[in-house]
Amino acid sequence: MQVTMTVNGEEVTRDVEPRLLLVHFIRDHLGLTGTHWGCDTSNCGVCVVWMDGEPVKSCTVLAAMASGRRIRTVEDLERDGKLDPVQEGFVSEHGLQCGFCTPGMMMTARWLLDRNPDPSQDEIRECISGQICRCTGYENIVRAIRWAAEHSESAEVSA
Amino acid sequence: MTTVENPTTNPLGFGRMRRKEDPRFIRGQGNYVDDLQLPGMLHGAVLRASYPHARIVSIDTSAAEAHPKVKAVITGKTLETLGLAWIPSLSHDVLAVLATDKVRFQGQEVAFVVAEDRYSARDALELIEVEYEPLPPLVDARRALEADAPLIRDDIAGKTDNHIFDWEAGDKEATDAVFSKADVVVVQDMLYPRVHPAPLETCGAVADMDKVSGKLTMWSTTQAPHAHRTLYALVAGLPEHKIRVISPDIGGGFGNKVGIYPGYVCAIVGSILTGKPVKWVEDRSENLMSTSFARDYHMRGEIAATRDGKITGLRVHVLADHGAFNNTAQPTKYPAGFFHIFTGSYDLEAAHCKVTGVYTNKAPGGVAYACSFRVTEAAYLVERMVDCLADELKMDPAELRMKNLLRPEQFPYTCSTGWEYDSGEYPRALRLAMDIAGYEELRKEQAERRARGELMGIGVSFFTETVGAGPKKHMDILGLGMADGAEVRVHPTGKAVVRLSVQTQGQGHETTFAQIVAEQLGIPPEDIDVVHGDTDNTPFGLGTYGSRSTPVSGAAVAVAALRVREKARVVASAMLEVAPDDLEWEKGRWLVKGDPATAKTIQEIALAAHGNLELPEGVEGHLDAACVYDPPNLTFPFGAYICVVDVDGGTGQVKVRRFVAVDDCGPRINPMIVEGQIHGGLADGIGMALMEVIAFDQDGNCLGGSFMDYLLPTALECPSWELGETVTPSPHHPLGCKGVGESATVGSPAAVVNAILDAIGVRHADMPFTPAQVWRTMQGSPFRTDLAIE
Repeated sequence: MQVTMTVNGEEVTRDVEPRLLLVHFIRDHLGLTGTHWGCDTSNCGVCVVWMDGEPVKSCTVLAAMASGRRIRTVEDLERDGKLDPVQEGFVSEHGLQCGFCTPGMMMTARWLLDRNPDPSQDEIRECISGQICRCTGYENIVRAIRWAAEHSESAEVSA
Repeated sequence: MTTVENPTTNPLGFGRMRRKEDPRFIRGQGNYVDDLQLPGMLHGAVLRASYPHARIVSIDTSAAEAHPKVKAVITGKTLETLGLAWIPSLSHDVLAVLATDKVRFQGQEVAFVVAEDRYSARDALELIEVEYEPLPPLVDARRALEADAPLIRDDIAGKTDNHIFDWEAGDKEATDAVFSKADVVVVQDMLYPRVHPAPLETCGAVADMDKVSGKLTMWSTTQAPHAHRTLYALVAGLPEHKIRVISPDIGGGFGNKVGIYPGYVCAIVGSILTGKPVKWVEDRSENLMSTSFARDYHMRGEIAATRDGKITGLRVHVLADHGAFNNTAQPTKYPAGFFHIFTGSYDLEAAHCKVTGVYTNKAPGGVAYACSFRVTEAAYLVERMVDCLADELKMDPAELRMKNLLRPEQFPYTCSTGWEYDSGEYPRALRLAMDIAGYEELRKEQAERRARGELMGIGVSFFTETVGAGPKKHMDILGLGMADGAEVRVHPTGKAVVRLSVQTQGQGHETTFAQIVAEQLGIPPEDIDVVHGDTDNTPFGLGTYGSRSTPVSGAAVAVAALRVREKARVVASAMLEVAPDDLEWEKGRWLVKGDPATAKTIQEIALAAHGNLELPEGVEGHLDAACVYDPPNLTFPFGAYICVVDVDGGTGQVKVRRFVAVDDCGPRINPMIVEGQIHGGLADGIGMALMEVIAFDQDGNCLGGSFMDYLLPTALECPSWELGETVTPSPHHPLGCKGVGESATVGSPAAVVNAILDAIGVRHADMPFTPAQVWRTMQGSPFRTDLAIE
């Protein structure tokens, strides 16, 4: 079947199997490998992307379900050579180690900050609680998102 | 929570520094194995056993082979023709690559399909018909040695039982004597359940056999690329110089990615058979059900003490469940890893342990998950036993520990089982942890809450790690000594490259190893490239696990850089026309003693070393050096942890309110990275204490085969960690560094468990403390957590 969607602002059309998962469409068909595949059961969140402005776990969304929608991935966080404050925050606060959960975490963090520019630590923890990190013990991810909140002057317009 | 902004400018050596590897990761430009796309690449998938124990009657692959997108179907029979159906395990056993005679655990590899895409490969698995004759499964390790237990390893000639080994350490007679005269003896059975490292990136590989050159390139999720290459050469008969193993970015390892899995071997065979690159990446269930688990130690601990709380002896018997094949990854000499550091941090008169390894119908493994070769189990055992003793003596557990900790003047200290602890200031670390926690105030608060019927618990643990394996005369894996190579080269313009034998799964080697060279040579870390994870471009070494990168490879780099510095001295002496002995080093330059204005920077020296400068007889040009570092001893990081929990008596829910961790790993190369390593290990401790377990039902079904069943801690279960540090350098490491990657995983579970049991006033029950387990424990009937049976 044919699917058409907007990915990071560009319209793409592909012939795919109806059962193709969005995560595999993004990774294998579009070559956007920043979005990862981790569990198949919506538990780990390394596959989080935005669909029509909302975070979704792309391992449990079919590419067909995304047809006609707007998808945003980690590759779109940096724009015109300017990093999103969330990206800078993760570097500044050592919010990543192996880097595998990082894209999904950052997509959720950007979504949170767009709605709540000054989240408390508890609000941050609640917001990322559907995602797992095995390296950082979360502390520095929370700090990274706080960093981004405190350095929001460079925040760019979200998709 | 204090937000420390890590500096944007780099230190000229040790210090807080942002990571050099981060720019690619935050852009989604990491390069993990599954990101790799090669022209013509095919995809592999593994058919796995549905039964835990069954004879294979027949395998019919004809329908799968007829699938239009299938390029090859490989079974054990195919592998037999290549001599690859069985391969050596890491522990002098053998391991089935694809089962030929019978399957021995649920999820075992039975067949491998190579197809044009990953979905077709999965489809074809459904077309393979395997006829099984089910056999009774053995899932209860405590029954493994009974006369009527099902025999698992009938492939081993003459094998009539499920016994693997008995291993002892310490002096049994002396220990028995200590126990016979002890005022108090406490005995406690405890299980360290089977858990799984569960890195978020599963295991996978891309094998590419170039038929023309005969060279195999193997991208794989390996923590030990050089060891893998040598093993492929030994096992498959491929010439070692025609194998290149590349370990690109790795999405977490934690010991899960040390061994060679059947999928890797099948991908290689698939590439040989099809002439195309073959990618194999397992899914989460495959990862949890078949790859290297951790622990599964059934322990009986006995602790002896005087009435006033002087601990005199420890005795342990362990029943070790190794699964269907003995494939534990540890130095050959030690079948129970470094478990014999169960003597912990205390001054004992005697200690003895006996470990009995057994086969069961479960996945193989045992040594993984940041365990430092079973120091996790050892630290848990001793720290639980000390709390059991405190309960018996009605003593405060912190006070009991303080009374028995080794004193600084006792180092170097040789413990009852033979380890020589290099250095330590234990009481200082415990006191600091108590001060940060406000220990005495917490006990007062606890008393007040108890009076109100609230369940608050305070748990203490003190651990001694043993890492940095290891001295070659004692330590090898399959005959390969555990020394590490490193090469440092300064380019003509003063920039440098360092090549490591270890690689990183997130530990930040590209940053810290540049900082080691920067510290030694005064070259800015941003001017130093770190090359790792590629056997064609790095010196030999055994890999990253057991917290060995800094203790072994860090030392190798430090020594190689020092050799560069000494070579630079000779070059500088020629440049300045003074004797080398008349020069002294100031970070980044050699200067003339008494005339500091006359100096040459390392950058000037590098250029001269590549130019036409006349060097003294016997001194070659250029500016580089190498080192193979064979550590003289292990290193012994330590720490004191305090956990505070609140337990809901109605539901059994545990809330970890605070966690204080004081770690001493010697000097910290990059404190930011060290703290991150500790944070991650503390979360592991919360996970294992509260929720992680791979249990089995009586039919041998694995009950931890997805993240819906195998629970991992999220940001909600983890508190904001409170860290402290002391610094006691290792006397034998060139930088004094001890390693830290696994300290918190080793030390934290006991602190959490001690806190929970302190809250509910029970001497012992087994992890994980799910709400159900806490509630049942409060009712006096805790679950056995390894089996889903009453």
